[in-house]
Amino acid sequence: MTEASTLPNSLRSYPDARGHFGQFGGRFVAETLMPLILDLEREYRAAKADPAFQAEFDDLLEHFVGRPSPLYYAERLTEHLRAQAPAGKGPKIYFKREELNHTGAHKINNCIGQILLARRMGKTRIIAETGAGQHGVATATVAARFGLPCTIFMGATDVERQKPNVFRMKLLGAEVQPVTSGAQTLKDAMNEALRDWVANVHDTFYIIGTAAGPHPYPELVRDFQSVIGKEAREQILKREGRLPDLLVAAVGGGSNAIGLFHPFLDDPDVKMLGIEAAGHGIETGKHAASLMGGSPGILHGNRTYLLQDEDGQITEAHSISAGLDYPGIGPEHSWLHESGRVDYVPITDTQALEAFQLCCKLEGIIPALESSHALAALPDKCMEMNEDQIVVVNLSGRGDKDIFTVAEALGVEI
Amino acid sequence: MTRLSVAFSSGRAALVTFVTAGDPTPDATGAILDALVAGGADVIELGMPFTDPMADGPAIQAANLRSLAAGTKTRDVLAIAASFRQRHPDFPLVLMGYANTMTRPTPGEFAAKAAEAGVDGVIIVDIPPEETDEVEAFRNAGIDVIRLATPTTDAARLPAVLNGASGFLYYVSVAGITGMQQAAQTTIEEAVAKLKAATDLPVAVGFGIRTPQQAADVAKTADGVVVGSAIVDLVAEHGADAAEPVRAYIESLKSAMMAARKETV
Repeated sequence: MTEASTLPNSLRSYPDARGHFGQFGGRFVAETLMPLILDLEREYRAAKADPAFQAEFDDLLEHFVGRPSPLYYAERLTEHLRAQAPAGKGPKIYFKREELNHTGAHKINNCIGQILLARRMGKTRIIAETGAGQHGVATATVAARFGLPCTIFMGATDVERQKPNVFRMKLLGAEVQPVTSGAQTLKDAMNEALRDWVANVHDTFYIIGTAAGPHPYPELVRDFQSVIGKEAREQILKREGRLPDLLVAAVGGGSNAIGLFHPFLDDPDVKMLGIEAAGHGIETGKHAASLMGGSPGILHGNRTYLLQDEDGQITEAHSISAGLDYPGIGPEHSWLHESGRVDYVPITDTQALEAFQLCCKLEGIIPALESSHALAALPDKCMEMNEDQIVVVNLSGRGDKDIFTVAEALGVEI
Repeated sequence: MTRLSVAFSSGRAALVTFVTAGDPTPDATGAILDALVAGGADVIELGMPFTDPMADGPAIQAANLRSLAAGTKTRDVLAIAASFRQRHPDFPLVLMGYANTMTRPTPGEFAAKAAEAGVDGVIIVDIPPEETDEVEAFRNAGIDVIRLATPTTDAARLPAVLNGASGFLYYVSVAGITGMQQAAQTTIEEAVAKLKAATDLPVAVGFGIRTPQQAADVAKTADGVVVGSAIVDLVAEHGADAAEPVRAYIESLKSAMMAARKETV
């Protein structure tokens, strides 16, 4: 881990005025969208400075989402991992219970923030992309709450694979638009959402689901998700009287991870671990680990690590977890990776499945497959960390949506 | 004078044509480019295929996928450009595409290779003026950086777009993706007049122009008429035999544009 003395004064002051996190981030969009992106930035600055905006955001998080989410001591998991560790090893493990939020994941935090921005900007139509459908459901939920028409772009293969979420979105009044271009998955859904947006800039607000895309999206999504880390910080101080030693979160685009990490970035004693989805293994090429198995490039409005070939053609991601199945990563993570502030490690489908089952049995919590990637990093960490140390894991979502995938992977018919 | 400025200095509107390199195959593209020249095109935009062409409509998306499926690599695109340059030493050739393929391995290395292949200009759709550092290398290599103006580019923003622009100004007449509907003629006239008041660069108008009549109408006000998806559709239909239909189509556009210009003189 990088020494505190080598860090800039504050790691929390990024991006710069041009939306750059070091060499990453930026605004790589077509000219048609550029004026709108600039408008959004102005409006976001104004909203941030407006106590009424913050008050409305807080109120909705409390009464509609159900925040604060608990910080829970995972006692049996802690004991289980201690039993396997050398004497004196095995830290206390806490879960930040984002899976208890309305709609079942952290995604809703960001959707609340963005729909308030949309209203502030006088936009009357909402669009979003979705992979497995979690962000689509969260977007459809806030659109219903505020009575705005909503179109969700979803790869045609995902529409077929994720029928329950498609139906949820429709129940919530959203139009689900299957995307048949390209590979028909999340990145193509994002392309199609951008195509829709460029043709409807006058009335449409694009609610991006992760801390990626053109500036100011990575910043504003992070800020809305930072409620996770702010609460966790307060809760652990109250509970343990000190900061945690390690934060762990899964990273696809990386919004749950940056939401947990960001409020702690300037605490040099708090280490951070981001978990990338290694699919069948980095060496097989079938993975979704942009940092571990990719290289910097430009896609969907930002410069960041991408899965791509030597010509810059984007390659398909693979992960058992649909929420991590994206060939890029938020630009702030790329920067935190290169600066060394956060460590990133890969976890395979198989490891995630094991952690999924362990969490169900030991804690009575069915975690999302995304969050299971974070849980799967714990055994190794527990071997090296002392008993008096503290780990906070972001349990970013619940796994009810994943039971069909898990059953199939385990060879169970339901 | 550069090849591009010659093309726009004839006193009549230039016909700017787009095809995707490597569609349907890298080997077939040369004949299609020759057909554009033979049919009367004045400028060629050679599209760099990309897996994620998010500013393009269905026609050009499909062309990108056909090209990539045929195995087109960046080196093939540059070879297509270089061999075109050998056959047509004076014909303006522009590379058009997306940042990720056009800045690899670095903007400098790509720009050097493009210059060596005889490329006159680049249009990089997803590099707006705000990220202008990325295109400095092209200017340094003597390649024009062609900027886009759109219906959302207002008067306050236009100077930023024009700052560092060269070759010509590409007016995207519709807020949307390529190959869809065309803007109303009066809207185009007003927009072109505003742009021409702000710059000495030639203004070419594109997006949704498909018929000889549309091309002729736009030719009355603009310095250039850009046609892309309609040509790409012909390539989709005729594949490796597209050269002759493309030549005939270009000729029909060009003669309509010439006639229109004469009426107004």
